[in-house]
Amino acid sequence: MTTVEEKYDFSAKAKKNLLITIGIGIALTVLGIVLMSTGGHHEEAAHEGEHAFSWINRLGVDIWINNIYFTGIAIVGVFFFALQYAAQAGWSAGIKRIPLAFGSWLPIAGILMLVSFFVFGHDLFHWTHHGLYDTTSHEFDSIINAKKAYFFWPLSEHPSTPVFFIARMLFFFGLWYYLFTKLRKLAFQEDLEGGTASWYNMRKLSAVFLIIFAVTSSIAAWDWVMSIDTHWFSTMFGWYVFASWWVTTLALITFITIHLKEKGLLSIVNENHLHDIGKFVFAFSVFWTYIWFSQFLLIYYANIPEETIYFVERWNNDQYGIIFFVNLFLNFVLPFLLLMPRDAKRHTAILKVVTPIVIFGHWIDFYLMITPGTLKENGGYGLVEFGTMLIYGGAFLYVVLNSLSKAPLFAKNDPMLDESLHHHVQ
Amino acid sequence: MSNTKFILGVYEDEDILLSAITNIRTAGVKIHEVYSPFPVHGIDDVLGYKRSKLSIVAFLFGVLGTSLALTMQIGMMGVDWPMIIGGKDFIPYPSFVPVIFELTVLLAAYGMCFTFFIVSDLKPWAKPRIFDLRITDDKHVMAIDLDQNKIDVAKIDQILKDNGASEVNKKTFDEA
Repeated sequence: MTTVEEKYDFSAKAKKNLLITIGIGIALTVLGIVLMSTGGHHEEAAHEGEHAFSWINRLGVDIWINNIYFTGIAIVGVFFFALQYAAQAGWSAGIKRIPLAFGSWLPIAGILMLVSFFVFGHDLFHWTHHGLYDTTSHEFDSIINAKKAYFFWPLSEHPSTPVFFIARMLFFFGLWYYLFTKLRKLAFQEDLEGGTASWYNMRKLSAVFLIIFAVTSSIAAWDWVMSIDTHWFSTMFGWYVFASWWVTTLALITFITIHLKEKGLLSIVNENHLHDIGKFVFAFSVFWTYIWFSQFLLIYYANIPEETIYFVERWNNDQYGIIFFVNLFLNFVLPFLLLMPRDAKRHTAILKVVTPIVIFGHWIDFYLMITPGTLKENGGYGLVEFGTMLIYGGAFLYVVLNSLSKAPLFAKNDPMLDESLHHHVQ
Repeated sequence: MSNTKFILGVYEDEDILLSAITNIRTAGVKIHEVYSPFPVHGIDDVLGYKRSKLSIVAFLFGVLGTSLALTMQIGMMGVDWPMIIGGKDFIPYPSFVPVIFELTVLLAAYGMCFTFFIVSDLKPWAKPRIFDLRITDDKHVMAIDLDQNKIDVAKIDQILKDNGASEVNKKTFDEA
């Protein structure tokens, strides 16, 4: 077995490009805010009993979309890594370090999410309004009042600070980050010591992580996304958010793998490995559609008003109706048709087109989950959305590529490496 | 109609088999078929087989299934006997999706299977050519059709033995 240790060089040029991306993002966001605050929204402000809409609300919503989206990619990267060990997969030995590096975003994601909850939480989440729990207030809502313990426990008698909600957020990020650092430590220990002990330890830890992740990812989806539409609920929602995160992460792993291969790195990854990861993107685009449609069809067919409101706000709507179909087109029709032929997955040309479409498409998916419920008719898509996406995307890639450059690109002592070298798919 | 004569090279190991196939093909001998008890990775490539077109057939049958399901449901629910169900349109496309999916999968699967049977000449009354019973157990057998090769029999024997065949046998099929 002749494998040379490879390291990714996070060059000054690459750093500069990402910083420029962040700079353009900031410029676009500021420009968008300036245009908005000088634009025509003033007159519509303040109907009686409603909050005035300002650019701060829209900025908060866009930041929240990016928080959810990039947190998802980070933790699902660790999920991919753990899955390979729990399933004892051999083919992926060459690419496992890429999703592992995604986890480095987790601490930043946690801080950003906590801070933006304190700053924008009141605009984002209807359930933070205190009047809902006050029987004397005209805002009183008996349905949300019955659910208050989920957010405010142990202060549910006098809902002020959502202790339980914040505790869950801290607990999830803490747990995820702890398990990620433990997995990464074991992975690097294997580089130094060799042998199979680290692999067995990682497999055990991965199994524990998968069980924890199964529960926490669902609850995180209810807390951070579904609770925006406080009256509405869907039992599919945890899966739906996970499916979206998962296919985005797979597409990003593929895209970075191709990028590294074009730089002459990852010599042990060939078209057979690309074929497998491409099949993953294809299959889980269909999986996402399956989950999306399972949630949609039952609500459409049963036609119960408190359920259909979710799709009335998104489909039967001049503002979001177009994006509703763009979402399905980018995330189902295009990857389904373009990735179907065998050669599309074995050669980089089509993968290089489809994976950015899928990555962007699922950003749109999260936009559709969050914006209509928070901004209602004041939502839009323009410079602020695009700008914040660039800021977050640039920062995320900066952190991830920086983490990737700190360690060898693949584990030279991985017991599965030999199997990966001989991997062959028909 | 005629007698078909084959020379059979028996191989014990798939690595030897793979290099033998390459060498024998470069020596100009045409190989009729190789039989093995388990799938050998990379054997299609060394035998020079082109990729099967069965996946295209599956796609076309799938498209047929999609169109059939759409036509059927639009015809029944929208044209032949329109009914108001749950306040939906007469042609509610979202409700059609499960049936579209099922018929697409059904026709793609059956279409592919039966195309494969027809192309491979598999039918209940087909008489199988059994080259060597041990191909279901522990031997790889390479069959060379003498009608397709203008090379001398003794020379083919020699090429097979030189490339690691543990036995070289002959087999004749009487075909009606």
